[in-house]
Amino acid sequence: MGLNEKPLSTLHEKSSYNLDDFEVPTGREEQWRFTPLSRLKGLHNGTAAASGHVIVDVDAAPEVTVETVGRDDARVGKAYVPADRVSAQAYNSFEKATVITVPREVVTSKETVITLTGSGDGAAYGHIVIKVEPMAEAIVVLDHKGSAVYADNVEFVVGDGARLKVVSLQDWAADAVHVSHHHAQLAKDATFSSFVVTLGGDLVRLSPSVSYTGPGGDADMSGVYFVDAKQHLEHRLLVDHSEPNCKSNVDYRGALQGEEAHAVWIGDVIIRVAAEGTDTYELNRNLILTDGARADSVPNLEILTGEVAGAGHASTSGRLDDEHLFYLQARGIPFDEARRLVIRGFLGQLIEKIEVESIRERVMSAVEAELAR
Amino acid sequence: MSTLEIRDLKVAVEDKEILRGVNLTVKSGETHAIMGPNGSGKSTLAYAIAGHPKYTITGGQVLLDGVDLLELTVDERARAGLFLAMQYPVEVPGVSVSNFLRSAVTAIRGEAPKLREFAKDLKGGMDALAIDAAFAQRNLNEGFSGGEKKRHEILQLELLKPKIAVLDETDSGLDVDALRVVSEGINRFRESGETGVLLITHYTRILRYVKPDFVHVFAAGKIVEEGGPELADKLEAEGYEAYTKAAV
Repeated sequence: MGLNEKPLSTLHEKSSYNLDDFEVPTGREEQWRFTPLSRLKGLHNGTAAASGHVIVDVDAAPEVTVETVGRDDARVGKAYVPADRVSAQAYNSFEKATVITVPREVVTSKETVITLTGSGDGAAYGHIVIKVEPMAEAIVVLDHKGSAVYADNVEFVVGDGARLKVVSLQDWAADAVHVSHHHAQLAKDATFSSFVVTLGGDLVRLSPSVSYTGPGGDADMSGVYFVDAKQHLEHRLLVDHSEPNCKSNVDYRGALQGEEAHAVWIGDVIIRVAAEGTDTYELNRNLILTDGARADSVPNLEILTGEVAGAGHASTSGRLDDEHLFYLQARGIPFDEARRLVIRGFLGQLIEKIEVESIRERVMSAVEAELAR
Repeated sequence: MSTLEIRDLKVAVEDKEILRGVNLTVKSGETHAIMGPNGSGKSTLAYAIAGHPKYTITGGQVLLDGVDLLELTVDERARAGLFLAMQYPVEVPGVSVSNFLRSAVTAIRGEAPKLREFAKDLKGGMDALAIDAAFAQRNLNEGFSGGEKKRHEILQLELLKPKIAVLDETDSGLDVDALRVVSEGINRFRESGETGVLLITHYTRILRYVKPDFVHVFAAGKIVEEGGPELADKLEAEGYEAYTKAAV
């Protein structure tokens, strides 16, 4: 398949399976201007040979099928076409893909946990397809850990009336580099919710995107990140409304502390001509806890139809509110604890939405550990 | 037996002098009303004593049982026994009322309260102030009406049992029913006779429910007249006009 360069939107210019359709980024491109390319370990310029390993281990619900397939499997690359250089590199470099299928009308009895563990021995590329057939329901957890230089693409194919909930934890070791695309394709009346938690790694650039193939789709995308000194954690969201009467809601919140802690959030929403009755909102909030930390937050909304039900976005980045701290301290609560209460509250409001109790508790205790630093 | 002693307190906000030498002593068992027109510095007095970062102390002392509060951090002042009921309590997203109250009680008492006991105290306090039980799970002050915020301030007063309570216009914005409920809470708090109250108000209305022992008139950053409860009656009849003119 060749270059797909529909000039429909300035927010999403092209996609292709062919690596040569993407120039090696220089850092001046809109898509790459926030990412420190020198820390990508060559994932962006073809020099990162696939000499390393990220072990994929699946603890599946009994109702689902798990397969490891070759590059030529017909189900791979169906829902998503790579949208940037690293994504195309990953698509052209992975050896085996993991395909998980939730059969039609099946409601899984427990979550399916995919653990991806980096072995710290060079670059690796991956591909995962999660296919939820019509009317089926499933919860999937992607748990990234260990040390890795890893680029991958994950396709979520959500069938008619199906429901998929995904939690993706980026709990990498401190030296990890991870560039990833998560694409969800929603059929008629499909419901998709994604909860992204990014804590670890030297550089993580995660691009969750959503497209619709029928009306009535509903996507809810939440994210929590905690950026420490020298970390670069970047989330780039794209919701492409091309079908009528679909919904999307994006809420990403992060806290940053330490010198050169850098968070980037890009939230792109396109509402195409056909997407009448779209209801969308996107929000990003950053809490900057110390000097030397930096948050770049860019919401973009491109509306090509006049008939929307709702479309809005908001972005705030700021310090802890002195009035909040004063109120808590005036009740005897010491400064450090008051600060923790406020930050925990800020992130906790989102974390409460994670339905899998063990994961919710793990995320909460990971945030506690960050706060104790 | 506790004593709050304010000695020649001078306070500025952004280089503008607001308090120009306030002297006042509040002892356990006493209720002092500070009355004055808007902009006279009443709230500045309250926030400066509590240690709000916006206010700069330019002179004087505030002693609680001999300890200079001005040398302490905001939370240390509260743990020393000072409480400020705020006129505009802030909303703190994501922090539940019950979590906040438990943290505050733990900090003030120096140890975590027994869970069952705390639940009982909380329920009793909320019932007495006609606060719905569901409040405990709501976010701190978020979406509370004006009256709900004030009742919640008095709930804290009753749970934290400070030595000296400063109530900053707790009566403002309350309808008569809410005013009665809040006043009853303040009176329960005063009952023991072991606490002192400094009640800041613009109106005499609350003084019908919470009887003061002393009334101080505040104008242009200092106390300009002092007396007993009868002074409130005089203010009710004559207003502040005489003081605002005199102070200029």
